[in-house]
Amino acid sequence: MTTTKQIIKNSAVVNDDWSVLRLQEGEAAETVAIPVGKTLVPLKVWLAQQSALLHRADIGVWFASDERVEDLQDHVAKFSVIAVDFPKFGDGRGYTIAYRLRNRAGYRGELRAIGDVLRDQLFYMQRAGFDAFEVRADKDIHEALKSLKDFSITYQASTDEAQPLFRRVQRGA
Amino acid sequence: MYRYDQFDHQITAERVAQFRDQVRRRLSGELAEDEFRILRLQNGLYMQIHAYMMRIAVPYGMVSSDQMRMFAHIARKYDRGYGHLTTRQNIQFNWLKLQDAPDILADLATVEMHANQTSGNCIRNTTSDEFAGVARDEIIDPRPYAEILRQWSTFHPEFAFLPRKFKFSITGATTDRAAIAINDVGMQAVKNAQGEVGFRVLVGGGLGRTPFIGTEIASFIPWQHFLTYAESIVRVFNEYGRRDNLYKARIKILVNAIGIDEFRRQVEEDWKFTKDGPCTVTQAELDRVAAYFTVPAYEKLSDVTLPTDNKAFSNWVARNVKPHKVAGYAAVVLSLKNAGIAPGDATEAQMDAAAALADKYSFGELRISHMQNLVLADVKQADLFALWEAAKANGLATPNIGLLTDIICCPGGDYCTLANARSITLAKAIDERFDDLDYLHDIGEIDLNISGCINACGHHHVGHIGILGVDKSGEEWYQITIGGNKGSPANIGKVIGRSFSFAQIPEVISRLLQVYVAKRDEGERFIDTLRRLGPDPFKEFVYATPVPEDEKLKLPDYDLLKVGTPYSLPLYSPRF
Repeated sequence: MTTTKQIIKNSAVVNDDWSVLRLQEGEAAETVAIPVGKTLVPLKVWLAQQSALLHRADIGVWFASDERVEDLQDHVAKFSVIAVDFPKFGDGRGYTIAYRLRNRAGYRGELRAIGDVLRDQLFYMQRAGFDAFEVRADKDIHEALKSLKDFSITYQASTDEAQPLFRRVQRGA
Repeated sequence: MYRYDQFDHQITAERVAQFRDQVRRRLSGELAEDEFRILRLQNGLYMQIHAYMMRIAVPYGMVSSDQMRMFAHIARKYDRGYGHLTTRQNIQFNWLKLQDAPDILADLATVEMHANQTSGNCIRNTTSDEFAGVARDEIIDPRPYAEILRQWSTFHPEFAFLPRKFKFSITGATTDRAAIAINDVGMQAVKNAQGEVGFRVLVGGGLGRTPFIGTEIASFIPWQHFLTYAESIVRVFNEYGRRDNLYKARIKILVNAIGIDEFRRQVEEDWKFTKDGPCTVTQAELDRVAAYFTVPAYEKLSDVTLPTDNKAFSNWVARNVKPHKVAGYAAVVLSLKNAGIAPGDATEAQMDAAAALADKYSFGELRISHMQNLVLADVKQADLFALWEAAKANGLATPNIGLLTDIICCPGGDYCTLANARSITLAKAIDERFDDLDYLHDIGEIDLNISGCINACGHHHVGHIGILGVDKSGEEWYQITIGGNKGSPANIGKVIGRSFSFAQIPEVISRLLQVYVAKRDEGERFIDTLRRLGPDPFKEFVYATPVPEDEKLKLPDYDLLKVGTPYSLPLYSPRF
């Protein structure tokens, strides 16, 4: 018996029924079988099996940290969930992938951080454009939630704030 | 200088609270060391050989006297009574406990300071010209731009986990005193034909294992656009910088691999989305920040003829007093290069004394130079003699600025877990060998830089003479480079040949200087003679006969610092 998976979404802990498909040793993007039900598939699987998956509403796609937003650019609007994988929390490419999905590709659906997702990075992730976080399973997700409020003010613009602080407020007080 | 408004205060306070909680979770075991490590580094906290070290950010090297007194307080309360100025114009304390780190940050916040991003793979403290605002060759004061960069880069959500550390340097003068060519991004203020201010931008400079001089990516970026342009550079680096090899992860490797033209194309491709967007710097914001860097209330004075009957004072004036753009004023360098003391170390008493001197003679402000000295930028020439006497009484008046003993030096094997060899002790040995002031003044300007390992914190590549600690089968050896230069123009030195033992180095330096003295033309500095003749005569003389070891340097006085920590803490250096 499995417990229901929980994620942080829109600043709350919620149950979640999306599974993440990761290619195993020996599996190829072109031929891997896609499970039934809500599934996040690797970008290269989606690119390889696009025609078969195009009409499934329960398919999302996830980016590896070395993959490019441009490869999906014209199709982002098809998805209700896109994820970005953090192979290690110190690999910061996912932040720019999120920024580009939101600000260049115009993606408005759920953007989920998966992989080595830890409490102390959530604030930055949220700013870059993530609104959902699959916190690493061995960590307390309710504790992690607190970090979204680490800062109440930020200096620079990003996905969450189109304006830098100097355009948002009257400074110098 | 810049003062915090309510927003700066709040962000700093929230950072202290965040780190306090992270330390709490580390101490309770909730956070593992590999998860905590990056968090502490981004708060300036290293785990060194003997204890924790905290590197406090001194934005572009500017310090108020109150901030300097806070450093003295930290040295007294949490450390062993001294601190160490760094080549990035910061200050670090070497003997801290993890448990104290949040309190130190809280103390710093009371004087508008922090340790944000002084380590880690993020955007580091921006460095600048220690004579900003007073130099005669200045086109603009670079400090407002450096402060705008500081705020933009502080907790930038996209750039906290870059492939590797990222350093900006910015200068507003025609002579580059900020070593912009050896930073990841160097910006030099220029004016175009219409008299508008912008920046010439260099990218991909850096030292370390593979030293590069920065390449020009843009000849003129109007000041309004310097932030968005910088952001595009960092964004491309974040995406494409190598992450598979620590030693190939800096932006210099990326720029060199794909070429400056392709790199520029990628930056401009990204920049077109943000140029003229909301992150464009407004005149109002520039004016707001620039208003903190106003001209002090200078008196209307004339230049003063200084007394010439005191040789010690004259020596000090010749070396440690620098020109000022306002008549009757001078900039003064307080030397932290004293024989027997680690270059750049200041005791708590010296910090308090320097703060008092700043209050009395220089509008309450100081700067930390990348040469690891202190600068009082606005001293009346008429006060120089009194200042000299007071500085001398506190060991701050060694007349050696720019001379052989004004050594740049990293902490080296005595403190640092990365080092292959001792740096501080070697600096001490060189100091002792060349203690004749007349000889030092005769040799004149020369940059001697020492790094204890290839990470090059002591900038050995750009020393006129550079010394690099190398490891050969577990033993420490030193490789000598000559002909490096830190700016105007910057270039990388060349290795002269096989390496030497610790006890041979003073003799090697002596031989290099002997060649210079024998071959120099009238008025030539060491680097000029070296450039004219090339390295060969220097190499040949150094290796012509066996280099004897100085037996004194094998005595316990010169041994590696082995004293352990007095603290018995669990979360502590792996060596103990």
